[in-house]
Amino acid sequence: MKNLLTMEGVDRATLDSLLDDADEFYEVMHRPIPKVPALRGKAVAMMFFEPSTRTKMSFDAAAKALSADVVSFSPGTSSLKKGESLKDTVLTVKAMGVDLMVVRHKSTGAAWRVAEWSRLPVVNGGDGAHQHPTQALLDSLTLRQHFGTLEGLRIAIVGDIRHSRVARSDAWAFTTLGAEVTMVAPPTLLPPDLTGWPVTATSNFDEVLSEVDAVYVLRVQAERGGASVFPSVAEYRERFGMTDARMARLKPEAIVLHPGPMIRGIEIDAGVADDPRCKVLEQVTNGVAVRMAALFQLLGGSRDE
Amino acid sequence: MSEFTLQNAVVVADGETLPGLQDIAVVDGVVVEIGEDIAVRGEAVDCAGAWVGPGFVDMHTHLREPGQEWKEDITTGSRAAAAGGYTAVVAMPNTDPVVDSGYLARFISDRGKQVGLVEVVPSGAITEGRAGEKLAHLDEMWSAGVTLFTDDGDSVADAGLLRRAMEYLAERGGVVAQHCIDAGLASGGQMHEGEVSSRLGMAGIPGEAEEIVIARDLSLVRLTGARYHVQHLSTAGAVALIADAKEEGLLVTAEVTPHHLLFDHSFVEDSNPMFKMMPPLRSPSDVAAVRQGLRTGVIDVVGTDHAPHAEHETDHPWEDSPFGVTGLEWAAAVVNTVAALPPEDFFNVMSTAPAAIVGLETQGRLAAGQSANLVVFDPEAVANTERTVSRSSNAPYLGMELSGGVVHTVYQGEFTVRNGTLTDLAGVAG
Amino acid sequence: MRSVMSGSDMGRALRRIAHEIIESNRGTADVVVVGIRTRGGPIAQRLAALLEEIEGHEVPCGIIDIGMYRDDIDSRPRIELGPTEVPGDIDGATIVLVDDVLYTGRTIRAALDALADLGRAAVVQLAVVVDRGHRELPIRADFVGKNLPTSGSEHVTVRVAEIDGEDGVWIEGPGSDQGETT
Repeated sequence: MKNLLTMEGVDRATLDSLLDDADEFYEVMHRPIPKVPALRGKAVAMMFFEPSTRTKMSFDAAAKALSADVVSFSPGTSSLKKGESLKDTVLTVKAMGVDLMVVRHKSTGAAWRVAEWSRLPVVNGGDGAHQHPTQALLDSLTLRQHFGTLEGLRIAIVGDIRHSRVARSDAWAFTTLGAEVTMVAPPTLLPPDLTGWPVTATSNFDEVLSEVDAVYVLRVQAERGGASVFPSVAEYRERFGMTDARMARLKPEAIVLHPGPMIRGIEIDAGVADDPRCKVLEQVTNGVAVRMAALFQLLGGSRDE
Repeated sequence: MSEFTLQNAVVVADGETLPGLQDIAVVDGVVVEIGEDIAVRGEAVDCAGAWVGPGFVDMHTHLREPGQEWKEDITTGSRAAAAGGYTAVVAMPNTDPVVDSGYLARFISDRGKQVGLVEVVPSGAITEGRAGEKLAHLDEMWSAGVTLFTDDGDSVADAGLLRRAMEYLAERGGVVAQHCIDAGLASGGQMHEGEVSSRLGMAGIPGEAEEIVIARDLSLVRLTGARYHVQHLSTAGAVALIADAKEEGLLVTAEVTPHHLLFDHSFVEDSNPMFKMMPPLRSPSDVAAVRQGLRTGVIDVVGTDHAPHAEHETDHPWEDSPFGVTGLEWAAAVVNTVAALPPEDFFNVMSTAPAAIVGLETQGRLAAGQSANLVVFDPEAVANTERTVSRSSNAPYLGMELSGGVVHTVYQGEFTVRNGTLTDLAGVAG
Repeated sequence: MRSVMSGSDMGRALRRIAHEIIESNRGTADVVVVGIRTRGGPIAQRLAALLEEIEGHEVPCGIIDIGMYRDDIDSRPRIELGPTEVPGDIDGATIVLVDDVLYTGRTIRAALDALADLGRAAVVQLAVVVDRGHRELPIRADFVGKNLPTSGSEHVTVRVAEIDGEDGVWIEGPGSDQGETT
């Protein structure tokens, strides 16, 4: 593996191997000294061109638990404000001697371009509404830990699919790992054309509720135009919110996932968020483990294959 | 002034492909004779069966001067035009400042004459500053020789305002050219709305964004009787609208770009900004429809929408990169590659039709007694996609295989391109 | 490929090592046997079983993966990780590290680092089936099945029935310069 840019087209063996390694790093995280020297001497650049607290912290924690050094790039104070091209920024950071770049950017494809310019291994930390592969890995790990396998699971992904890189990543990862995925959203929040997606789609949440093993609740993304694509928050909650009433209708062994941050009272009721079947905090822990696995696989091992 | 005779060419003169191989004699900037085995005047230049016709005319060129000379200027843009076989280009008015007055229009044509490689024809904005609020100085620009008016880069959204422009220009015979994109439907759009945009998570621009503007404008054409030109038409629906309007007898013409003829939205998969255009690259069925429209004459002209952007502007991810690519140097090769038109149709869409729409008297026609603006184009040659002479290199064609090459370009009786290379006239070596 | 230890040679060597471990530690009271993945794992299990057979009480046994502790990640293709499972608390324990071949010592160095991250053992000892020499670090084995002088261009292969279907040690080369770094 040279880069981790997308979940689309990534094969089962690659996903399994990342998740298997993540299991090992999960064990490391629970040791008295949760740190290994695996990437000692390696430097990881966190290039977050779009504001992010959690994902950046998670990658930071992962890199540090592997003993890598971390250099962070903050767009607020950078030359980008002064009109520098992204290519120049990337080459400048590379010249500082980093070994890998984690890239988050508001534009689709940004991580691909960075990989092309930098010739370094790149982890896509989220590109626009396109892909967020480590999120899909942590979601898959959480499901695998709970159910043992994703094979045969039925998973509903609910909410703003259209603007969600999480949905785009999970759709491919979950189905490659053997699950069936249904996208649940109002028509305005479904992608205009689902040709080629390995999923089914519906606008009727209640129809699938009692049949699924997991509900993946997406955040209502006001900043991506979410607010203008449905008439009111109350109406959204009524039809697509993961309410206490809907929680009661889930299979008893079914679980709820959410990428965070949760907006309680809109897409998820407080009672659901605090229910032990809601695995949000496990997802956060697993996020560090899968990011350790990704960094380790990209930096551990020679690249001249 | 020079004298030369082009020999052994497939000649398209006055819209007809002449039989066999013919010769053309040029003396003092004028075509003096066309015929088989005519007496050689001056230097004999063997064309070895290549096509000779009127020099290409581009109705849609962004020369970026004044205001954005780091992308292109009238000198470098004229060189790119000559290299592509053009003898005339219509400069779009979305410069900085916008060409919305007579003196700026004169500045453009004067700069073109100074450079002297192609005829640089100014077009004018429909609204002041292209702001869409108030009519520009249409009459003043008309007096300065502007015949084509457009707010290119944006649609004139206000139907009332556009109606007034149409009424005003209908009286004089000016052309209202529209960049047809509904701003609301296209809001935030990055590419064609469809399966590729859905997978890439990019905001889409549906074909309807173009078609509803055309449909509305056609109603205004009926109301005003204006001459109306659709710029860079890109969808199957738009082709159908134009076909119907022509059937109805409206004074409507349409243009397609080389990139919409060659590429569909699957080229966006790698999010390489070399494929970021407005209107966006459409679906394969749209591409098939515009090719067919060009073959059947529903689409009148190929306009390049040559839109230079500097490297530092495209060394960004998709969304931060500007719309538009260059095209002057490869438009003829693209048309030849995808449409395989017979020579008379090829020269019609590349030269005669655009010259007629804009009203250029010395362009678009190869005939004895006419000014010698002509091009020798070899449809069998391999296009040179190794380099560009534009100031900018944002061209998706670089490195591609295209068939058809410009051998010689002659502007006002002088070679601007000889054997595929700019001559000393262009002020550059090679 | 030349056989240097048969399956039964290996069995006898392990039994001798088990006795040496008991002798050296005066029993197996605090002993934990920890194999280094991959082939150290089953060898450690066999040693633990032998210790139990001889001493009559259970000896804890674990496995340790050193993938996260290697110092040569740039020169290797992809590193496969496996589980590390060490029973209980190793603070104060007598750890017998077990590997198949002792060569440069770098694997052992990595295993010592990995052990240190799991707790503070009182003593760490090393048992190997084959010591082939060519040390690059100041490391020696406490218990050795067979000392096998080799050249750097030779390749030593230890097979264990649990993984390879048979027991034994083979030596290959010279001519093959695929020096194994285990």
